[in-house]
Amino acid sequence: MDILKPRDAKDVEDAVQGALGGGHTLDIVGRGTKRAIGRPSQSELTLDLSGLTGVTLYEPDELVLSARAGTPIAEIEALVAASGQELAFEPMDYGPLLGGPPDAGSIGGVLAANLAGPRRIKSGAARDHFLGVTAVSGRGETFKSGGRVVKNVTGYDLCKLLAGSWGTLAVMTDVTLKTLPRAETEGSVLLRGLDAAAAVRAMAAAMGSSCDVSGAAHMRRDGWVTALRLEGVAPSVLHRQAALDALMRPFGKTEILGVQDSRALWRAVRDVTPFAGDARPLWRISTAPTAGPGLAAALCDAELIYDWAGGLIWAALPPGQDTRGDAGAAMARAAVAAAGGHATLIRAPAPVRAAVAVFDAQDAGVAALTRRVKEGFDPKGILNPGRMWAGV
Amino acid sequence: MSIMSLTLPVQDEAVLARRGEIVAALRAIVPGEGVIDAEREMRPYESDGLTAYRQLPMVVVLPQTTAQVSAVLRYCHANGIRVVPRGAGTSLSGGALPLGDAVLLGMGKFKRIREIDFANRVVVAEPGVTNLAVSTAVAHEGFYYAPDPSSQIACTIGGNVAENSGGVHCLKYGMTTNNVLGCELVLITGEILRLGGKHLDAGGYDLLGIVTGSEGLLGVVTEVTVRILKKPETARAVLVGFASSEDAGACVGAIIGAGIIPGGMEMMDRPAIHAVEEFVHAGYPLDVEALLIVELDGPSAEVDHLLERVESIARACRASVVRVSTSEEERLLFWAGRKAAFPAVGRISPDYYCMDGTIPRAQLPLVLARMREMSEKYGLRVANVFHAGDGNLHPLILYDANVPGELDRAEAFGTEILRLCVQVGGVLTGEHGVGVEKRDLMPDMFTEIDLAHQQRLKCAFDEKGLLNPGKVFPTLHRCAELGRVHVHHGHTAFPDIPRF
Ligand SMILES: Cc1cc2nc3c(=O)[nH]c(=O)nc-3n(C[C@H](O)[C@H](O)[C@H](O)COP(=O)(O)OP(=O)(O)OC[C@H]3O[C@@H](n4cnc5c(N)ncnc54)[C@H](O)[C@@H]3O)c2cc1C
Repeated sequence: MDILKPRDAKDVEDAVQGALGGGHTLDIVGRGTKRAIGRPSQSELTLDLSGLTGVTLYEPDELVLSARAGTPIAEIEALVAASGQELAFEPMDYGPLLGGPPDAGSIGGVLAANLAGPRRIKSGAARDHFLGVTAVSGRGETFKSGGRVVKNVTGYDLCKLLAGSWGTLAVMTDVTLKTLPRAETEGSVLLRGLDAAAAVRAMAAAMGSSCDVSGAAHMRRDGWVTALRLEGVAPSVLHRQAALDALMRPFGKTEILGVQDSRALWRAVRDVTPFAGDARPLWRISTAPTAGPGLAAALCDAELIYDWAGGLIWAALPPGQDTRGDAGAAMARAAVAAAGGHATLIRAPAPVRAAVAVFDAQDAGVAALTRRVKEGFDPKGILNPGRMWAGV
Repeated sequence: MSIMSLTLPVQDEAVLARRGEIVAALRAIVPGEGVIDAEREMRPYESDGLTAYRQLPMVVVLPQTTAQVSAVLRYCHANGIRVVPRGAGTSLSGGALPLGDAVLLGMGKFKRIREIDFANRVVVAEPGVTNLAVSTAVAHEGFYYAPDPSSQIACTIGGNVAENSGGVHCLKYGMTTNNVLGCELVLITGEILRLGGKHLDAGGYDLLGIVTGSEGLLGVVTEVTVRILKKPETARAVLVGFASSEDAGACVGAIIGAGIIPGGMEMMDRPAIHAVEEFVHAGYPLDVEALLIVELDGPSAEVDHLLERVESIARACRASVVRVSTSEEERLLFWAGRKAAFPAVGRISPDYYCMDGTIPRAQLPLVLARMREMSEKYGLRVANVFHAGDGNLHPLILYDANVPGELDRAEAFGTEILRLCVQVGGVLTGEHGVGVEKRDLMPDMFTEIDLAHQQRLKCAFDEKGLLNPGKVFPTLHRCAELGRVHVHHGHTAFPDIPRF
């Protein structure tokens, strides 16, 4: 399989036009950390965007940063951290989960996958911080949308469309994001030994308080732990920690985690570290928080991590459980259909990913609309064909 | 753009000739008083918040159920009839302006809150519920819906979704798009879709993100799921006056640069301060060129701590007045002035025209200086209120529609301001939408190719272009034409690209 490595945005346009003219399909790759997600590539050519690098604008006072799409996310995070800022959506790092190195992804990949982390419940996902884009559609044409200001309703918000489109509609070449001040400090309140239903009730109470909780997860760490994160200026974190501690007492004995331990814990939640380093089939399920425990119960013996106050479930199937050879797809789909939400098969062997629906099984109307959108932007189906759904 | 030059789609005479039959067919779908065809009764619908434009619709339909909306749209689609959706009609960009050959589909009867779910922190509401009613419905438990447009007592949640509306708190809490989790959408074909729900993010393409801010061109929203938040423990505001707008702008940058994102950060210029003070007596200082209201919300420990920092930053930025609210009444009084800015300006001028560009904040002094020059050139006064944190300007151009030529001058003035916003790196509209008002300025910001890509989305939702035509896009191309693929000859290989 040949690799095309554009040096600039013009090369990208040429590459897509060349593919269009020559009847080729293209596998769109940023820095390649998430290639194992989605249906396996069916393209004869790879468009490798790792040569499109560099931050082209960063104005901390204006909360804005622009970069070429292949820029390493680690470079961007280090740059904004030096000004006391961050990408508030806390993009997770899929690297270790998929058997790769950490901190290796590109900003384009972060956006194309619409990444988020535990702070999703307070600050949103990549989509919510994606201000502007220049991209080449499957028509071989360069278009832009959005801008470099945080408040903008001029025309359709194509940034939203491209966020989470996994390179199937257009190849992003330049992107603009919102940056935000990083919290000065953080701490966490922990509860131990709750079952999932009690944990979700505790997390709902915490989220429904004025404590401004920025992370709410339930996972195994020497037994079940329910963790609630507070971030901000020191006097505020201290004050809220006391208030939250009192609020959580009726649910069980509480513990306080200081800043270092809290950071480590939430980094592990963000990157789903407990499930890294193995090959078990892994599902990522988004649902209404209170539906989480019921949904998870339908997943038999899957090992679970709950984030987003119970609304995000990571479910790893025990080895040997996958008797149908579908990585638990039938079971996961049925559970999600009953509870509401959507499920994505994040990790499974390529033949399984080729055989089962990896992304949300949409109902007929949404599926047809999805197809029409794809045809509008990539009528010949040359960009990541079949990566999200067969035939799209 | 002047009223004279605003071209709306050519009226479909064949449709108009069948008006009687169409009205009868619509009555069969929406019985009783849900179909209005008498001119006098249609008058209230002839314009929205952009009152300079008026047009009677062919007929007004006020459905009450999703099934009726679906049947009306299916009928219109089958018969090639245009449809303009409408919420409360407070759009400031003419988004809900009727068309003479179109059905005006009023969503005002969708008034029910369907579900309040505190455990998941969401409200499911029909689109005709007002923005404020969502907050009111959950206030007893101390919750609220964060996006708070100044029109919140009147505007509907459906209209908010269609316009992606903002408010003074959106710097910290986001616009509508950041607070909507799901909707039920009826396509022009009558097909009913569910996008999103009580869960976060889309499992496929973010179609909800596209529908939000689509100005009624993609589908009719018949239900909305929004996220609600617990009210902050406390809020305090500080008034800061400056001898120059440069200093005020620098202060805003310094506050954000210090890592503080206030709940609200609003600026007014001298003409706005004076108009407001005369009207509301909020106690604003009159000897300043620019006034900032900075509000901090959260636990009192945090608010007090940050207020001290804001105060010292303000003094370092040469503030001439720094006044912290000492009671809830005083905080509300600080805001009362800002919130009454539009009516206050309405008192000092027979008419005013509200603009809505966004600029990179650092360009503020330049933009204000240029606006003063324009004000002289057009012979019209201008007062500025400004969502300072996010660079969203609301220049209010003062004019008198009864003086011949003044409206045209006001519109030319407004156009020049918006062009300037784009030139300095900003955009045509921060929260009010494109509608008909800024439609013909879209090419200032977008190329033909940019606009064609946006229209391809329109084609995916509404191939015949029947929903709200004449809004947003300066020219509507046929979908068949947009669908063609142009393969550039000589591009069948990859001559110059490094290949491995
Ligand atoms: C005094 C005043 C102050 C304002 N302040 C603000 C402010 O602070 N921030 C701000 O963002 N805006 C503000 N606005 C503008 C306006 O209130 C908002 O745009 C509001 O969201 C419009 O809601 P509406 O229900 O009145 O919609 P309408 O004006 O009726 O319609 C607006 C658009 O939405 C479409 N639409 C309406 N309902 C539906 C539906 N159910 N399905 C599909 N499409 C639909 C219409 O076709 C139209 O294109 C203000 C307006 C006024 C008059």
